[in-house]
Amino acid sequence: MAFESFSAFLAMEGHGPYVWTCYAVFVILVAGTVFWSAKRHQATYHMCKRGYEQENPKGQNVPKAAATFTRVEISQD
Amino acid sequence: MWQFFHKLGSPKWFFGIANRFMPWLLAGGLILLVAGLVWGLAFAPKDYLQGNSYRIIFIHVPSAFLAQSIYIMMASAAVVTLVWRMKLADVFVKSVAPVGLLFTFLALFTGAVWGKPTWGTWWVWDARLTSMLILLFLYGGVIALDRSINDEKSAARAVAVLVLVGVVNIPIIKYSVNWWNTLHQPATFKLTEKPAMAMEMWVPLLLSVLGLYLLFGWLACLRMKTEILVRERRTRWVKELVLAGRK
Amino acid sequence: MHPIRKKRLTILIFLVAGLAVAVGLTTYALRQNINLFYDPTEIAAGNAPVDVRIRAGGMVEEGSVKRDPESLSVRFRVTNFTDSVSVEYVGILPDLFAEGQGVVAMGRLNNDGLFVADQVLAKHDENYMPPEVADALEKSSKGQHKSPYADKAAESQAY
Repeated sequence: MAFESFSAFLAMEGHGPYVWTCYAVFVILVAGTVFWSAKRHQATYHMCKRGYEQENPKGQNVPKAAATFTRVEISQD
Repeated sequence: MWQFFHKLGSPKWFFGIANRFMPWLLAGGLILLVAGLVWGLAFAPKDYLQGNSYRIIFIHVPSAFLAQSIYIMMASAAVVTLVWRMKLADVFVKSVAPVGLLFTFLALFTGAVWGKPTWGTWWVWDARLTSMLILLFLYGGVIALDRSINDEKSAARAVAVLVLVGVVNIPIIKYSVNWWNTLHQPATFKLTEKPAMAMEMWVPLLLSVLGLYLLFGWLACLRMKTEILVRERRTRWVKELVLAGRK
Repeated sequence: MHPIRKKRLTILIFLVAGLAVAVGLTTYALRQNINLFYDPTEIAAGNAPVDVRIRAGGMVEEGSVKRDPESLSVRFRVTNFTDSVSVEYVGILPDLFAEGQGVVAMGRLNNDGLFVADQVLAKHDENYMPPEVADALEKSSKGQHKSPYADKAAESQAY
């Protein structure tokens, strides 16, 4: 440790406010960007998923083939 | 060789590669960054001249490095967009521009807060500080231009041209402290020469620089994946991927 | 490489190169304005305007700082080891202000060649080291506590 005590660590010999402001802003903004990007990815993923599930409600995993197959069935009716 | 290059441009291939590397990038980035910052804040010795205020260097230098590196990467991607018309290059530019803006802002902000106790002023219009402010506006301009054009292809080309025009600012930022009289001191963290810093200060700085680069790699992959999902959602491979539950 | 791509690449290279030359020439023409401060040699040579707000920068000469015991007034000489200029300033100096340290002063040059400053900023170099190392280096080089890593810092742009 470069400091004698925890309060000395916080005070940084009078430079504490400058140092801690910088670190706080850095951590908040970087963590915020990481969090927000991850959240946006989740939201986009779920939006895509909902979209696909509405297209074929049975939730079949082979989209194109399933779609053609259904249409053929309907046309035979 | 060209075959590999064109494979690089495939969003599907990128998705697979990104998923494989992302956990490593995140874990490595966080470990190195936290280690570097804790070491720098609590264990590195204070500076003989500036005392403890110099500890801001452990976030100021990594932020400034990334701000410039991201722009250089964006400029390389812009060349690929304009010459090879590769979609993935444009996805990259669009995804990382806000991250570049963030790090430029952080470099300017931490620099201002550091300048007050050391120089005696928050801001001075010297060549280094001013060219860094221009970089901030360039990032802002890239984001705004991209949002203002609806057509994806025209937006990609316009943004690529703007990014390339702005690239002349990068050598100005880097060499401003050598070419002109500035208040800002020349570079401390050099890769080519012996650093102008004691080892027990330089090693934590190196750790936080590397950590932030890895974290940026993770963030870039994540944001590019989001952009690919939006752009390619009508394609079969994205549909299969999403329905298979792979994020 | 495809000929169309080759053509596009060539155009881009010319675009960026042309732009770089244009920006290079502009900054070269404006170098006097881009420089934050005049160094003592320029002031001694009469290149700095008199009675206009300018900045002067250099090292605080060893043994030149004279503080007025009655007020906050201080006089010192700023040098680049070739020429020097006298500076007068009233106010609180930054923490890093010391003999042998870099400063940038803002103010006006009067007709007698005295620089009357209204703001003094401290300029430090790119070297960082623990206090014990600095002490040891100072002892070994007898008071030359500046730029212990290399002498180049004192000679070139580092102040």
